[in-house]
Amino acid sequence: MQELVDGLMASGALPASVPAWAHYLAAMLVFGGVVVFGFVLPIAGITTWVERRVMGRMQSRIGPNRVGPAGFLQWLADGLKNLLKEDIVPRASDAGLFKLAPYVVIMGFVATFAVLPFSGDLIIADMNVGILYVTSVTALVVVGILMAGWASNNKWSLLGGIRSAAQIVSYEIPAGLSIFPIVALTGTLSMQGLIAAQGPHPWQWFIFDNPFTLLAFLVFFVSALAEGNRTPFDLPEAESELVAGFATEYSGMRNLLFFMAEWGNLYVIGAIVTTLFLGGWQIPWALDGQPVLRNALQFGVFFAKSYFFVFLAIWLRWTLPRVRVDQMMTMCWKYLVPIALVNLLGTATWILVFPDGVPLVRWVLAGLAAIGLVAFFWRVRYHVRQAGYGRAQLSFNPLATTRVRW
Amino acid sequence: MSYFRNIKDAVVTIADGMAVTFSHLVRKPTTIEYPDRLPDGIRVQDTLPFRYRGILEVDLEICTACLACERACPIDCIVIDAQKDKAAGGLVMTRFDIDMAKCMYCGLCSEPCPTGAIHHTPEFEGADYSLESLIRHYVKAPTVAYKPKKSGEDDPAIKPILDRGLRYVAEFAVSGAGDDSPAE
Repeated sequence: MQELVDGLMASGALPASVPAWAHYLAAMLVFGGVVVFGFVLPIAGITTWVERRVMGRMQSRIGPNRVGPAGFLQWLADGLKNLLKEDIVPRASDAGLFKLAPYVVIMGFVATFAVLPFSGDLIIADMNVGILYVTSVTALVVVGILMAGWASNNKWSLLGGIRSAAQIVSYEIPAGLSIFPIVALTGTLSMQGLIAAQGPHPWQWFIFDNPFTLLAFLVFFVSALAEGNRTPFDLPEAESELVAGFATEYSGMRNLLFFMAEWGNLYVIGAIVTTLFLGGWQIPWALDGQPVLRNALQFGVFFAKSYFFVFLAIWLRWTLPRVRVDQMMTMCWKYLVPIALVNLLGTATWILVFPDGVPLVRWVLAGLAAIGLVAFFWRVRYHVRQAGYGRAQLSFNPLATTRVRW
Repeated sequence: MSYFRNIKDAVVTIADGMAVTFSHLVRKPTTIEYPDRLPDGIRVQDTLPFRYRGILEVDLEICTACLACERACPIDCIVIDAQKDKAAGGLVMTRFDIDMAKCMYCGLCSEPCPTGAIHHTPEFEGADYSLESLIRHYVKAPTVAYKPKKSGEDDPAIKPILDRGLRYVAEFAVSGAGDDSPAE
């Protein structure tokens, strides 16, 4: 980024009379705007469509299929509808905080994109504190949610806000402790540094580096789901208990901002998990002479890996019921935190004993994961057979609709 | 040791639950898409059973103006005006209105109807732009009420309507009747 602006200034494309910091600021705003409006908002919107389609199929329904091809433009229609809705601020609310809260939430989520790598060269800012920045800036979300809960002057909202505060503060700890093993292995906090330390093949990823990182991956994913207020940890919203939790009093665009942050957060979770554990944008080919092709491939790989976790979160949402508050706390403090601590110590010991890693362990772990995956799909096959379903009742087309014959 | 068993149980049951939901993901959706994704020429209404309780319809040709339906209606959405008129030869109906905005599709009006003149249809698309247009006026001009004949109906114009109405009434008592037959 800075090099690009420097180069443009040196070549005379930018007026020299304007100070350099103004050029940097303008470049940041332009690039940030491009990323937010060209990537963040569409990805949050499209995820709502994906979620509704996947949800539909998991419930033997079809899902939205009217707006655009296969209902793809549904997210645009929903966004437009919400923009046109009346902006209601309850009279008894704390109007200032009430209006501010959605922006705080969306800021905490959008700010993470500053350090998310899209490919080897595409990153807004490769900060040397990258992953630490992500964990700290996402903590802003809890402030916004608590603000929304308090300012709404409504018992459901306040309960949602308090639950959210308790939940996010608790789950930050296992999430942070699960990042440490990876940071200890690489010795860097920079997102690009973390990815550069891994390879393109599964056995070169940090998830299979040693048994402890595999556990750390699981702990981190569960904690990230809880931090993102996703089912089974959607207690702050809890439609069946708290109306809509902290978002109860919100309508129109402000409500949409909360949900945009929630759905966009899924991608952020996926991107961070991919960066830390799944080798990020690493591709097996160097492609030194073709920077465009290389970056496109890297972007595709990174996006596919990240979006798999979005799918995983959606899939989990339609599988698991919501946990109780005490269960959520038990899970965090009695299970995830001790396991994360063991992971940290275990990885530290591993680094001491095997400074260069053990290739055999990587191979075995990757192999076990592959076997687990096969076993899982065998189980899926079992459930399909158990339901008495044959090939005629199955459809592997994700956009399938029903044809009825009378 | 229950600590590690809890972890094992959590992992195994969640994995199995995800296998169940994934097995649903590869099934064909069962939704029948209304109204435009049916094969050509078939309306959803045509696929509904004979006794489907859709919008009410009155066959004035066989209405006896007995007012049984008006009395049976729990929310008074049926209004009938009928006067004796010797010259016309019996009861003359001047008004038979059903307010479909009020109707709750309970079917209590069609049950006491002696001829099956008032009956539900499989039609259910009743949306409209004003409440007034939801009131259906069945009597356009004063009409002489139908009088059942002891010998049975022989007018070829009325016979099929009456047969249909009597079949409609007769099937009230039979459980499961008319489930499979298409609407007429």
